[in-house]
Amino acid sequence: MAHTKLTYPYKLPELGFDYAALEPSIDARTMDIHFNKHHGGYVNKLNAALEGRAELQRHDLVTLLGNLDAVPESIRQAVRNNGGGHLNHFLFWQILKPGGASAPQGELRRAIEGKLGSFDAFKEEFSQAAMNRFGSGWAWLVITAAGELKVISTPNQDAPSMTGDVPLLGLDVWEHAYYLHYQNRRDEYVANFWNVVNWDVVGHFFEQHR
Amino acid sequence: MAVELPDLLFASDALEPHISARTLEFHHGKHHKAYVDNANKLIADTRFENMPLENVIRQTAGDEARVGIFNNAAQAWNHAFYWQCLKPGGGGAPTGAIADKIEAEFGGYEQMMDEFKKAGATQFGSGWAWLVLEEGNVLRVHKTANADCPLVYGCKPLLTVDVWEHAYYLDYQNRRPDYLAVFVEKLINWEFVNAEFRQ
Repeated sequence: MAHTKLTYPYKLPELGFDYAALEPSIDARTMDIHFNKHHGGYVNKLNAALEGRAELQRHDLVTLLGNLDAVPESIRQAVRNNGGGHLNHFLFWQILKPGGASAPQGELRRAIEGKLGSFDAFKEEFSQAAMNRFGSGWAWLVITAAGELKVISTPNQDAPSMTGDVPLLGLDVWEHAYYLHYQNRRDEYVANFWNVVNWDVVGHFFEQHR
Repeated sequence: MAVELPDLLFASDALEPHISARTLEFHHGKHHKAYVDNANKLIADTRFENMPLENVIRQTAGDEARVGIFNNAAQAWNHAFYWQCLKPGGGGAPTGAIADKIEAEFGGYEQMMDEFKKAGATQFGSGWAWLVLEEGNVLRVHKTANADCPLVYGCKPLLTVDVWEHAYYLDYQNRRPDYLAVFVEKLINWEFVNAEFRQ
């Protein structure tokens, strides 16, 4: 389970599980609309922005987002928003895939405990990042360019790749991720997120990038 | 002075089917109320405590150390303004002085509304679209991110639509353009816009 290199023309991935598979933490209707309409919309708009831009099409998405200054200004915001939207959701569905460990194992566990104290302390810090993101955005566990684990938050669809961080775990806190089921209760959504994280996938990402 | 949660000027089901009672109850009773409560908590025992809300917003804008006050105060103000922009049986072409102003500056109501809807549809993430009077009495469409508010930029807001997903997600899900079209065609309270314009 590696971070896949995504290239033009971008495609909505296989979800890999049923829309209902994450209930009751995430409901089937939310999954369907989130995946097909929101993620699908980012993919379509990203392709539209890059149409006819051979010099940009040959880069993979992480490279593109890490070098937004090289993207012409007329499409830079569209690439940032929709490229980030695609990359972020592409990771999100993977770490939600049913199955796998329900808590971090092995080296990842030791790294989290070493850097952030304990798994519970990490969950608290990550949950705070998710709660404190005002407006739309994401909470992340990343490996920084210096090789350190860190909890961060990004606004809107900004991706950790834009600042050279590698995401291991992400939580979407746009209202569209939870509003049908939780309405204003983002705190309940964040609490229930921990029930559906596939820590085997997160652990594989860690092994690949540490 | 304490920041207040104003009552809605209409029943929570009065805007159906365009905006559901359920949406309004969460939006006013939970989201707006939380901004008001948080703003009051954050300004307690500070120099902002007895300040008019507009001044709190202007004086905390861009201040990293007071971003919590700004976000909650501005959202309290934005929502109070938004409720006044809505009415059952509203929308459609404007009347009164604002109609002439729109005609003169945009070439027509439809041109203005195309720009207004586009501003709302393209505000990426959470935010607001506005019709404002800029300094010099110039009528313009703006969009702002998250809690940001035209008062900060010396503008007088005349009309706003909330494009945070919580404003429309239960009724329209990802179809923000449908919500914007309905807002324009069925919900705008032009009497309020005219009253603000005349001030």
